Amino acid sequence: MRTINYAQAIREAHCQLMETDPRVFVIGQGLWSPWYAGTSLLDLEKTFGKHRVLDTPVSENAVTGAAVGAALSGMRPIVFHPRMDFMLLAVDPIVNQAANWSYMFSGKIGAPIVIRSVINRGGEQGAQHSQATHAMFMHVPGLKVVMPSTPTDAKGLLISAVHDGNPVLYVDDRWLYDEVGEVPEGMYGTPIGKAVLRKKGSALTIVAISFMAREATRAAEALAQEQVYADVIDLRSLKPWDKEMVLESVRRTGRLVIADSGWHTCGAAAEIAATAATEAFYFLKAPIQRVTLPDSPAPTSAAEEMTFFRNWRHIVEAAQLTLKGEKCSNAL
Amino acid sequence: MEIQLREERSDAPTQCLKSAASRMLCMYKTMLRIRTFEECIAEMVETREARTPCHLYIGQEAIATGVCEALRAQDTIWGGHRSHGHYLAKGGDARAMLAEILARSSGCSGGRGGSMHLYAADVGVLGTVPIVAGTVPLAVGAALANKLRGDGGVSVAFFGDGTIEEGHVHESLNLASIYRLPVIFVCENNLYASHMHLSERRCRDNIFEAGRFYGMPSERYDGNDVFTVYRAVAQAVRRARAGGGPSFLEMRTFRWRGHVGASWDIDVGVQRRGELQQWLPKDPVARAREILIRHGVKDTQLAEIQVVVDQEVACARKFARESQQLDGGGTLEHVFYSSNEAFKT
Repeated sequence: MRTINYAQAIREAHCQLMETDPRVFVIGQGLWSPWYAGTSLLDLEKTFGKHRVLDTPVSENAVTGAAVGAALSGMRPIVFHPRMDFMLLAVDPIVNQAANWSYMFSGKIGAPIVIRSVINRGGEQGAQHSQATHAMFMHVPGLKVVMPSTPTDAKGLLISAVHDGNPVLYVDDRWLYDEVGEVPEGMYGTPIGKAVLRKKGSALTIVAISFMAREATRAAEALAQEQVYADVIDLRSLKPWDKEMVLESVRRTGRLVIADSGWHTCGAAAEIAATAATEAFYFLKAPIQRVTLPDSPAPTSAAEEMTFFRNWRHIVEAAQLTLKGEKCSNAL
Repeated sequence: MEIQLREERSDAPTQCLKSAASRMLCMYKTMLRIRTFEECIAEMVETREARTPCHLYIGQEAIATGVCEALRAQDTIWGGHRSHGHYLAKGGDARAMLAEILARSSGCSGGRGGSMHLYAADVGVLGTVPIVAGTVPLAVGAALANKLRGDGGVSVAFFGDGTIEEGHVHESLNLASIYRLPVIFVCENNLYASHMHLSERRCRDNIFEAGRFYGMPSERYDGNDVFTVYRAVAQAVRRARAGGGPSFLEMRTFRWRGHVGASWDIDVGVQRRGELQQWLPKDPVARAREILIRHGVKDTQLAEIQVVVDQEVACARKFARESQQLDGGGTLEHVFYSSNEAFKT
């Protein structure tokens, strides 16, 4: 099969969605500049016109709200926030408006909007250009949250999100843009709410999200060299998330490591850990381990970034701890 | 406070009024319906039959009426917490509104919304919601949808004077202007945001200038004169449909009751200042009635309209009261919208 990278896969999804559905349009900051979106939106305005690929003023709140209004009026907008940090100015239209709309009107109307938000960190950008706040949005009823880690899912989840009919927060990570994978050329959807098993093993379960799913695969490869085989589950969707697959695996292995690129407290990993502790308690052989960011803003200096961000080595350490039955991998 | 208002004279040429006689009667009836429904709701609030917070529109009827008279059914309107009048003027089912206020399953929002969340998609009310300024960008987005589809539709953002103090209203005005969107911003300036008078919140009484900074027509009007409102909005609508872009209209008015609930003299626990006495003589419904009489409409005809409206209100109240209560068992229903469009894998 043909291979393309993660950013190209996102771009291809946009193209196919706009070619097949006149209701789809893209709106947000930096759409006409590769600086903001990498190659993920490259030259879309040349194909589809600037009226349908709208690069906007720096007005996150009104732009996102306008996309919600267009969605309620029958369109299928994709709003682009080049950094998740910037999207925080648009919490009202996402949380108060779009996420509540179906419920407030008893399901007579939905808000079919995709809010695409990029985690873009590293490179000494500091606290306000580095945040991964997906867990905040996972908390909100009525909002779906997806976080693809491979080119295949990057394309399929965007297509599914646009067709879902509900507000979907689609989070992609710039650290994944150069990942290459096999991507079908036609249009296809990746089901929202379904995780995927990336590696099969029986010693422990590693549940990982977005960039950390890639790292989890590397960690599993390192562990395999020591004859320790792990189930690696790439969650793909945070809301709804695939409890069945996670719980089935945990009941089989008895050991759980969760890797997320968000903060520790009340993070996605906390929800997964709580669910496993509640619903698979008697199958657990060791304390659950969480590999997450320390509860601190992102630093700027490269040296501090090295100690702040998490990678496959942290997952291996956590796996070794759970195999020994020891508790707490992160001294937080 | 003396304010210069741009007012189209209500006693303007008889010729014009005669040709618009049916429109005038129609607007009068709409205003009377809003007034009578709101008085009925006030009573239901006082007896605690209605528990949902109700923000009454009494005193402002001319604005919703004049604006919606200039619109088509498929044009959308976007409101806020004080939107009973908008919903009725646009043609929403009154029975379903009263049922909604009593949180019944037959309500326009299925009983999930109450007074502050009204819905009537068939007449362009895609949802009124009470976050201040929340629907202003939504109205801009609806106009963007109109423009992308080229369907000739327009949208109207109704909002109060407190809303102009939210930052994203200004973002919205700019967006609407740069994309030349068919949206009309109607600021209903009733002088109060909750219990806070305009002078306590703004350095200048200059809301009508808000649109000028963003390059759109932006004027102040007498919002208690339904004919003035209608003419001003009709002009803005013509401009919007012709591709001329957005307009901003400040409508001066006053709400007769407190910010929320039925009280005449209390705003959220704060004693009101007593301006009501100055505003009662400017009653928009009475003013419309006087003009109709001056132009030959008989008292008996107006009395007949009142009878019809009273009957409608009584029937709606009966319908609402007899409608089924929610059973409390559907907590997770409709958190997500059920779409039949999900992509087939």
